[in-house]
Amino acid sequence: MNKDTTTIFGFWVYLMTDFVLFASLFSVFAVLRSGTFGGPSGVDIFSLPFVFIETCLLLTSSFTAGLSLIAARYGKKIHVVLSLIVTALLGLAFVAMEVSEFAKLALEGNDWTRSGFLSSYFALVGTHGLHIVLGLIWMIALIVAILRKGLTRSNTRKLVLLSLFWHFLDLIWIFIFTIVYLFGVI
Amino acid sequence: MDWSLLFGKLSWGLLPENAVAWGGATTMVVIGLGLIGLVAYFKAWGPLWRNWLTSLDPKRIGVMYIVVALIMFVRGAADAVLMRIQQATSVGSAHGIVTASHFQEIFSAHGSIMIFFVAMGIMFGLINLIVPLQIGARDVAFPFLNSLSFWLFVAGALIINLSLILGDFSTAGWLSYPPLSELAYSPTVGVDYWLWSLQISGIGSLLSGINFLVTILKMRCKGMSLMKMPMFSWTVLGSMWLVAVSFPILTVSLALLTLDRTFGMHFFTAGGGNMMMYVNLIWAWGHPEVYVLVLPAFGIFSEVVPVFSGKKLAGYASMVYSVIAIVFLSFIVWLHHFFTMGAGADVNAFFGIMTAVIAIPTGVKMFNWIFTMYHGRIRFFTPMMWYMGFVVLFTLGGVTGVVLAEPVADYQLHNGLFLVAHFHTMIVSGVLFGYFAGLTYWFPKIFGFKLDEKWGRRAFWNWLIGFILAFGPLYVLGFMGATRRLDHYTDPSWQPLFIIAGIGAAIIVLGFACQLIQLFVSIKNRHQALDTTGDPWNGRTLEWSIPSPAPAYNFAILPMVESRDEYWQLKAHNEKDVAIQATGKTIDIRREYEDITMPRNTAAGFAIGAATFFFGFGFVWHIWWLVIVSVIAGTAFLIMRTFDEDTEYIIRAGEVEANERRLRDRFITMQNV
Ligand code: HEM
Ligand SMILES: [Cu+2]
Repeated sequence: MNKDTTTIFGFWVYLMTDFVLFASLFSVFAVLRSGTFGGPSGVDIFSLPFVFIETCLLLTSSFTAGLSLIAARYGKKIHVVLSLIVTALLGLAFVAMEVSEFAKLALEGNDWTRSGFLSSYFALVGTHGLHIVLGLIWMIALIVAILRKGLTRSNTRKLVLLSLFWHFLDLIWIFIFTIVYLFGVI
Repeated sequence: MDWSLLFGKLSWGLLPENAVAWGGATTMVVIGLGLIGLVAYFKAWGPLWRNWLTSLDPKRIGVMYIVVALIMFVRGAADAVLMRIQQATSVGSAHGIVTASHFQEIFSAHGSIMIFFVAMGIMFGLINLIVPLQIGARDVAFPFLNSLSFWLFVAGALIINLSLILGDFSTAGWLSYPPLSELAYSPTVGVDYWLWSLQISGIGSLLSGINFLVTILKMRCKGMSLMKMPMFSWTVLGSMWLVAVSFPILTVSLALLTLDRTFGMHFFTAGGGNMMMYVNLIWAWGHPEVYVLVLPAFGIFSEVVPVFSGKKLAGYASMVYSVIAIVFLSFIVWLHHFFTMGAGADVNAFFGIMTAVIAIPTGVKMFNWIFTMYHGRIRFFTPMMWYMGFVVLFTLGGVTGVVLAEPVADYQLHNGLFLVAHFHTMIVSGVLFGYFAGLTYWFPKIFGFKLDEKWGRRAFWNWLIGFILAFGPLYVLGFMGATRRLDHYTDPSWQPLFIIAGIGAAIIVLGFACQLIQLFVSIKNRHQALDTTGDPWNGRTLEWSIPSPAPAYNFAILPMVESRDEYWQLKAHNEKDVAIQATGKTIDIRREYEDITMPRNTAAGFAIGAATFFFGFGFVWHIWWLVIVSVIAGTAFLIMRTFDEDTEYIIRAGEVEANERRLRDRFITMQNV
């Protein structure tokens, strides 16, 4: 009976701990923001239009993740799978953009060893990216499971958790967008 | 060919280099092989694997936690004895038995092992054993996660012990402050061992914290509102809340230091980093951590004192509020660990005052326990002895803590032996004595027989006297100016005190030996000390209402609770009914039994733990292929487990009834003899 609610509650608690983890990384970033050690600061390396596209990708993927949940409520397996695939593709595009941004910085000689500021930047944004990657792996596993066994009770529960996770990462990204990038260029 | 691709930084030259280290390594290997051989000799691998290693029963996981913690205690205590011998002998022209750098490895290992693998291990063991029973539940919220946490704990323990054999251990102390812990000053793998051992077991603790938080909040039996929950469960709730909020900070601190060391980042090094940030981060976890450990010990005393005084706990509500106050305050005092950093008088004043304020809720608890005893009919069984020792010593430790909380005094005492004496007083007489009381008190519930009283008392007196001798002198030495972590000193007037401290440590070792003998003797004489009633101490809370040892499903019929000391009330209201008297509602055969669903055993936790161990090992030695393989393997195991739908089995109502009948009959026969 209450296995679903217990699991979902437990997942909220987990998200809270993850929130503390990100909060610590944000404070590290805040401390090291000025530690550029003669290297570039945010203004020199961030491109807002680029990050804006990343943000749009992620927000849209949150929306499609929401759609999959609605589809699940109506028991429409195909719609669930389709919207999950779209979500995964958007997430993948986001990761690709992030990796290319990181690679560009590294090639310009502004990698994580350049300064405390860049270390904290890579750690914070990279940790978020790593979460996205984990989410993607989970999403693919779930798509396979739904295709094989349908919208069983446990698959539906996992879908709810996954979309919670995804929205949470969206929220963290909004913070990153604001604190790292927006504040970074002004 | 480039062998480093295959073996990373591993090479033959890394085996131990001096006699003491060889001794340690050999002992480790012998103990390990001995254990394996013993199990093989008794052909016990099968049963061990089926009944224990793959079990999801929190009672079994709890026992395994405690066994691992006790083994780790032997290691930590051996380190302590080495340090005591060194400091007793290394004065003037004499240089003791170990080299300076080896001494540093020893205190670093001692501190890390005692905190992460002894104290945390016994704590999670007791929580696993008792919390579900106390809140009237059959299981924890996430049984598999629980097993995973345990195996992560074991993986961490293995990694820290491996440093004895391969390579070296950190010399940077139990918290590895940079810049010393950075690659430039600690170029060997020592700090990496420390980092991965703690990172892995820390994540295990975090998962456990989440698990028990949810268990307590969501799985209490009907009628048990939070204000009717037994005190031990309350303190565990507080402690697990602290785990959930503080351990992510530990994860981050360790990860950042790892990034610095492995990928040349600059979090705590020159190059734009800030080493004081590490100290802030680690103590933002570290201070709450000490309350993580001590709150459950408070909870144990809150169970033990009422039971052995035959009175209800005084000031239950104030006990609850003081737990909440401690939880809250413990997050705003971390800076007292580095008043000397130079944050300024106003900042230091704030943190000093906050620290002193914690003495208030703690004092409330002290007084409540003493009020509980007042006019009580006190029975001095061993758990109560540990409590008496605790009251005296913990008060002393608390007072010296308030002394250290004054920034002005702390400037003198910082990093001295006064501090070492203070925190050992808190952690040995608070945490360990509490856990020992809990182990003695709940032992019959898990194993079905009581621990031997005589040897329990001997253990207690040895620990008490040993403790006073081992740490009393350190307060004095602290005032005389002795700093901590000294492998050698020049002032011969310190030596007598160090020798007394050494004698104290030896007596503590005797105390531990008494505990081992106690265990042995109790097992041998178990038939005389069987707990047939399920209620050997005349207890008050739900765990005593079921038979001992507790059946796999805990409660045949889930209880309904009306009051705080539910079982006590039940006994009081049914004085005539002998079955209820001794064994509570659950053995009432007139009730309707139902099918019980329980989680099936699984090897997944073990497998993921093993993958994580190899991951950590690979990272320590920069064997990257191993890291990649174990990440893939671990993820695959995890996915397989999550999508496995066949994870439960059913105990039929008939079986439950037969079992309960058997237990009831056993009780009635025992009554008649
Ligand atoms: C049981 C008897 C124990 C003895 C005889 C003992 C002895 C010692 C000694 C001699 C030191 C080094 C002091 C110095 O810096 O000069 C030390 C440090 C320490 N001990 Fe213990 N200890 C004991 C139990 C424990 C327990 C149970 C814990 C924690 C649960 C613990 C935690 C620590 C820590 C954290 C340090 C600091 C290590 C460092 O400096 O990095 N000890 N202990
Ligand atoms: Cu503290």
